[in-house]
Amino acid sequence: MPTTTAHDVPRSAPAPAAAARPRRFRRNPSTLAFWLFTGPFLLGLLVFVYVPIGWSLWLSFFEARFTVTPDTFVGFDNYRQMLENGDFTGSLLTFTVFAALIVPLTWALSLALALLVNRLRLLRAFLRSVFFLPTACSYVAASLIWKMSIFSGVRFGLMNTVLGWFGIENTAWLADPDPPWYWLVIVTARLWLQAGFYMILFLAALQNIPPELYEAAAIDGAGPGWQSFRHITLPQLRATSTAVILLLLVAAYQAFDEFFNLLSKTTWGRPPLVELYYTALGQEQDYGAGSAGAVILTLLICGVTLLQGRFMGFGRGEDAG
Amino acid sequence: MSALSSTWDRRSVLRAAAGLAALGPLAACGSNNGRSGGGSSGKELVQYFHAYGEAGTEQAIKRYAKAYDKAAVTTQWITGSDFESKLFASLLTKNAPDVFEFHPQIQLVRSGQVADLSDIVDPVKDDFNPADIASHTVDGKIYGVRMIDDPQFFFYRPSLLEKAGVDVPTTLDELVEAAAKLTTGKVKGLFLGNDLHAVINPMIWSAGADTLDSQNRIAYHTEGVKEGLKKMRSLFTSGHLLLDAPADYWDPSAIDQGLCAIQFCGMWAMPQMQKTLGDDIGVFPFPKVTDSGKPSVYNGGWSMFVNAKGRHVDLAKEYVKWLWIDRKKYQEDWSLSYGFHIPPRSSLAASATKLESGLPAEGVKLFGEYGHFDNIGWTQSMITALEDVFADCVRKGGDPEAALDKADTTVNRELKKLFG
Repeated sequence: MPTTTAHDVPRSAPAPAAAARPRRFRRNPSTLAFWLFTGPFLLGLLVFVYVPIGWSLWLSFFEARFTVTPDTFVGFDNYRQMLENGDFTGSLLTFTVFAALIVPLTWALSLALALLVNRLRLLRAFLRSVFFLPTACSYVAASLIWKMSIFSGVRFGLMNTVLGWFGIENTAWLADPDPPWYWLVIVTARLWLQAGFYMILFLAALQNIPPELYEAAAIDGAGPGWQSFRHITLPQLRATSTAVILLLLVAAYQAFDEFFNLLSKTTWGRPPLVELYYTALGQEQDYGAGSAGAVILTLLICGVTLLQGRFMGFGRGEDAG
Repeated sequence: MSALSSTWDRRSVLRAAAGLAALGPLAACGSNNGRSGGGSSGKELVQYFHAYGEAGTEQAIKRYAKAYDKAAVTTQWITGSDFESKLFASLLTKNAPDVFEFHPQIQLVRSGQVADLSDIVDPVKDDFNPADIASHTVDGKIYGVRMIDDPQFFFYRPSLLEKAGVDVPTTLDELVEAAAKLTTGKVKGLFLGNDLHAVINPMIWSAGADTLDSQNRIAYHTEGVKEGLKKMRSLFTSGHLLLDAPADYWDPSAIDQGLCAIQFCGMWAMPQMQKTLGDDIGVFPFPKVTDSGKPSVYNGGWSMFVNAKGRHVDLAKEYVKWLWIDRKKYQEDWSLSYGFHIPPRSSLAASATKLESGLPAEGVKLFGEYGHFDNIGWTQSMITALEDVFADCVRKGGDPEAALDKADTTVNRELKKLFG
């Protein structure tokens, strides 16, 4: 067959020649491939992550209003201003409240949904899709629906209509911070949007639990309901639960859209990212103070992550944990 | 066959794919820069407008722009509630507009962001409302061309007031009382917008105070203003205020749909209200807050500015002169054909028959009698500082003194930067 000869000739011929070449030439193709593959991403990382971080650090020591190329050095003034700024320190508290509400609620709801869907015999794929669908919705669109139709303060808003049937007065859900109904609006919006996604994670984990465990438990006399959930399902989901909680915390920290769209022109209910947005990119365009806030926030996150690693052992090797 | 597969092996295919992927972002850097293709003379200008609510406004602005033959003018119609942020952020970039509408604010002058327009305004200076010239002047130079004046005041339904036995309020206390009497199961007494911020300045003026005095020092921190804040707080918690409405104060929907009996709004919405409610609509100024105070009206509005750091400053100035100084037909169309605005040009205002009688004439009277114009020294961060005061002590129930002290810190820092 001509194919075999075609195959053999090039294979045997260049080999000695290649060995005769200096080493760097032989290595070249793989080096090239390395840079070709990682290059675009490294470049992106450099341009969109490291340069802005460095620039931001530099800006934080300057009086930089309405400009990102300032020339007035002010030392630690911006840092002092941000730390004395009650709105910025308050935003850290807002984030804590938000995380304390949204993380356990989403965890519980998505786990409940997963258990529910997992037990279904009928319409399983359909319901799984139905619960997952909100994940595809944008936070901005959901916020607007929550604000203008469900939690609108007028008498024909959905919630006010429903409550009106029971003779309850119209409520201003967002304008009036006392009582803080705005948390209900913010938390339910995010809950609706993200519960489906975490449900899928739990569902996958549930399907990985070997049925033998339940059988063995049944033989040992464990009831099929709470007992097997408490002693088998929950411990088996531990790894997934940890991952879910971590992902939820990260997502909560990144929350911006719903706060920005639901609570405009307030002094409350602003997590750090929203607060910094208003400082640096809002009407004031104070890049110096905004950058100082970002650096403070970064240091805080580094600190918390280190502490977390120390106490929870997260990120250590399998055997160490 | 296998010869082919040996040259097209997995690695080289992947290598080629990676190469293509690396080129991908380059392809994305196409020509999507918000400018339309070149005009007749090849010169291009970009102008920014916030989204006006009245039907036909966007088409009108684009129609005027199209009629200009010395450059291709592209209009960016900025929707959403934070026009300021988008404008300020884009002014820092290469895609900054050459021409934009905004309010006179001195930080734009101090940072060299807006061009001196004295040479195009000076020849027709006497035809402008003197207050509109004053509010755009810094150290004798004029930095913007006023397009429209927009007085803001209360609109009410006389039929509903009559039914409830309420007179038109002349003090803030009476307004609070009226709101209570006008509130029924289906209708709230009063709508001041969802965040109440539209009435901040009127409340300060009606309390006999001001934002800044003539020496650019804080003038809002008075007993009268504190009293006003407390009264606003009692109004906010009374349950007689329409809150969280789908459309904000600048849109006439709330009063048009019968959600409230009195609404704070602007002259611009008058045609729409008259269309929906017919004769059942009246206007009154922000009532006095304290005994020594006086009723007030905020004479807002929009002006044209030229980006001094733009690429075609002279061309942009020429365009602004062409449209907002020379083309009176367009200026008249812009002031009167969509919403109602008072033309800042005395010659146009005098010939504006639509504003001569009935409700529009009453609006013009309030504008002249109680109107306060923009103070160019009162900048965006000072505006935000007082919005925080309202948020903190009217909506949140905080102490007015503490909230005003906090605002003082911000405003003084700003004043020091601007005036030394």
